[in-house]
Amino acid sequence: MAERVKVTIDGISIEVDAGTTILNAARLIGGDIVPPAMCYYSKLEGSGGKCRTCLVKVSKGSDKDPRPMPKLIASCRTGVMDGMEVQNITSPEVVEARKGIVEMLLLNHPLDCPICDQAGECKLQDLGYEHGSEGTRYEFERRTFEKIDIGDKIQLHMTRCILCYRCVYVADQITDHREHGILGRGDASEISTYIEKAIDNDFSGNVIDVCPVGALTDKTFRFKNRVWFTKPVDAHCDCDKCSGKVTLWYKGEEVLRVTARKDVNGEVESFICNTCRFERKNTSEWTIEGPRKISHHSVISSNHYELANPPAVIRKNPALKEANIEEFERVTRH
Amino acid sequence: MGRKLLLENINVPGINSFEVYRKHGGYRAVEKALKTMSTEDVVEEVKKSGLRGRGGAGFPTGMKWSFLAKPEGKPRYLVCNADESEPGTFKDRYLMTHIPHLLIEGMIVASYALGAKTSYIYVRGEMMPQIRILERAIAEAKAEGFLGKNILGTGYDLELYVQPGGGAYICGEETALIESLEGKRGNPRIKPPFPAISGLYNCPTVVNNVESIAAVVPIINDGAEEYAKLGIGRSTGTKLISASGNIKNPGVYEIELGVPVEEFIYSDEYCGGMANGKRLKAVVAGGSSVPILPANLILKLTTGENRLMSYESLAEGAFASGTMMGSGGFVVFDEDQCIVRNTWNFSRFYHHESCGQCSPCREGTGWMEKVLHRLEYGHGKLSDLDLLVDVAKKIEGNTICPLGDAAAWPVASAIRHFRDEFEWHVSHAEEAMGRNYGLAHYADPLPKAETIAAN
Ligand SMILES: Cc1cc2nc3c(=O)[nH]c(=O)nc-3n(C[C@H](O)[C@H](O)[C@H](O)COP(=O)(O)O)c2cc1C
Ligand code: SF4
Ligand code: SF4
Ligand code: FES
Repeated sequence: MAERVKVTIDGISIEVDAGTTILNAARLIGGDIVPPAMCYYSKLEGSGGKCRTCLVKVSKGSDKDPRPMPKLIASCRTGVMDGMEVQNITSPEVVEARKGIVEMLLLNHPLDCPICDQAGECKLQDLGYEHGSEGTRYEFERRTFEKIDIGDKIQLHMTRCILCYRCVYVADQITDHREHGILGRGDASEISTYIEKAIDNDFSGNVIDVCPVGALTDKTFRFKNRVWFTKPVDAHCDCDKCSGKVTLWYKGEEVLRVTARKDVNGEVESFICNTCRFERKNTSEWTIEGPRKISHHSVISSNHYELANPPAVIRKNPALKEANIEEFERVTRH
Repeated sequence: MGRKLLLENINVPGINSFEVYRKHGGYRAVEKALKTMSTEDVVEEVKKSGLRGRGGAGFPTGMKWSFLAKPEGKPRYLVCNADESEPGTFKDRYLMTHIPHLLIEGMIVASYALGAKTSYIYVRGEMMPQIRILERAIAEAKAEGFLGKNILGTGYDLELYVQPGGGAYICGEETALIESLEGKRGNPRIKPPFPAISGLYNCPTVVNNVESIAAVVPIINDGAEEYAKLGIGRSTGTKLISASGNIKNPGVYEIELGVPVEEFIYSDEYCGGMANGKRLKAVVAGGSSVPILPANLILKLTTGENRLMSYESLAEGAFASGTMMGSGGFVVFDEDQCIVRNTWNFSRFYHHESCGQCSPCREGTGWMEKVLHRLEYGHGKLSDLDLLVDVAKKIEGNTICPLGDAAAWPVASAIRHFRDEFEWHVSHAEEAMGRNYGLAHYADPLPKAETIAAN
């Protein structure tokens, strides 16, 4: 059995296997103290470390070496140590830094949510709402790209991309050969398929599910409907390529799209093949299991966003109240 | 004249050839190390010398070497960082061009100390002539039995390769360099693991700057104690400084660490004073990544003492009134130079060179560049100054690699020390397009220490 270590995150202690990351330890605790993660994906090796939204403060390194870490660190790529103490939402510094990261992520984002298929299940929308500021201070033209078709089923709208690299890892790890990487540097980087060469692979559709934003979308679903008007239903089939476990998204009797099932962290439970995703759109091809449970946080289940009501640890502490002032204003205004 | 260790023979005709280099005492360090010293002895000697990394961070070289993991059955690598792309820095190129065998000799000794059987020199892509020079030097050394199998009959084997980069600044960051060397896109890795544990091809790796490796040669030849006699405090030995800007004699100088900054600028032995009878306005002391300081703060500490060319003295006062040794790229600005324009120019560089992996640096560098452009071209706002400071703060410390910090510091420090000049660019936008702000009070004697601390 793996060695167990104790870590305390925002005052809540938990014992986890040695080698667990801070983020995953926080996910085991659950609730408000889980740092947002825009690039890390537990099923993709090497992912994480890039978006910096999961930054936390390590106020005590470990029992052996109690020194705090000098900088905020990416919780998705830092392992816990025995006796480590971490501050996430209880650190004004983290709240402030995260606000900065959200502003950066949105800096060049087109904010075209009203016409974006991802709206309602977009991680960037959630992030902006929960951790961002009301407005941006950016007063320049935003970068734009042409839309590109990646094969006949997937569309890449690079303008919305936050360069989390998840789709690159999918292409690397799920598909047999990599056709798709990053071209260019800095804010001129772009996801490319080596000049529109189609990713032709049975599992390529998974890039749609891992994309946290509306940069990679399912062309068979584009503009068909808003996600919150569709009903998710779990179903399975006997597939010889993948697990066959999917979520069907219904509008009336019609299956509008098929996706993998997503867990509480927004990650797919298992990757699915393109046949299940794009070809099987008749109820008769599936065994229905029942309605998919969607977190009450999601617009898909409740038709409105939950108010961002800051948890008690924040409400009781003046310094944290100050750091979360915008969240409070938002709550009291409603 | 200060003592020279690296550039002593730089003007000897033909010193770039093996024959002449050898005649002037070259490759003695290889003989001494391989024949009379154990690998631990060499590491210990470098440790004792107090040599600190000359690539920018100033990390003690001997300590770095002793951290190298030594797992059974795994090769270890030494990689020389010759990517030198920091604006204002050109010392490594100078050394490689004129005395390439010094680097080769250092590489052999250092590889021996680390137990590396294959070593690489990763050279910035634009330096084609230097790549050819190094390859020729390697071929010569190999022909003389200093490289290859069973060097000097000691049983030690070493292959040394030169690898050209693609010309990206970020490939000078050690983990990006390793990625690039492996043939991948030069994105910095997320640390840990550090290269000492898992570097090139997931094997333990040491990355050192050209000058750090060259300095191993005099350390082995003369002994650590002799080396440590030079310099001041924890800044031992000599350092190559790339001096440029509005000075009489730009060029590469080998200084003994601890020379007063004032002497370095004004003495005929070094920069020879300001060119064209102009007055000193500002200095970027360690390459474009370090904070810029106005004339008064670069020459004196807030205590009134002289500021010295040493790691500690340059950093004295931290961000409030200090800067850093960095890579030793010493850029001098006279009263005719515009700090706003220079800051914009630096920010253009970092915007262009960000690898784009992490969001604060990818987006923040472009943002700062655009705001600075607007300030320089006369349509800035006063609020832009605080905005820039805030954006710099949001980048600094929150990124994967230090390029983010390197992009933030020049901007934050320029606004800290030259705020009036930035404000003037807003309040006198039209005038600012036609003339420069001038020296203003930037060379005035420093106020008392307390008032600065209160700022
Ligand atoms: C953006 C960036 C660029 C760098 N460029 C160089 C370089 O061109 N040459 C260099 O020696 N070190 C460079 N460094 C520092 C290296 O990462 C590394 O610290 C150094 O090569 C270690 O050698 P040293 O210990 O001998 O100084 C750079 C660092 C960063 C963050
Ligand atoms: S396209 Fe989507 S998944 Fe790919 S890098 Fe961009 S945001 Fe991430
Ligand atoms: S700080 Fe900049 S250069 Fe370094 S990894 Fe992040 S984006 Fe790339
Ligand atoms: S989730 Fe950790 S840096 Fe993106």
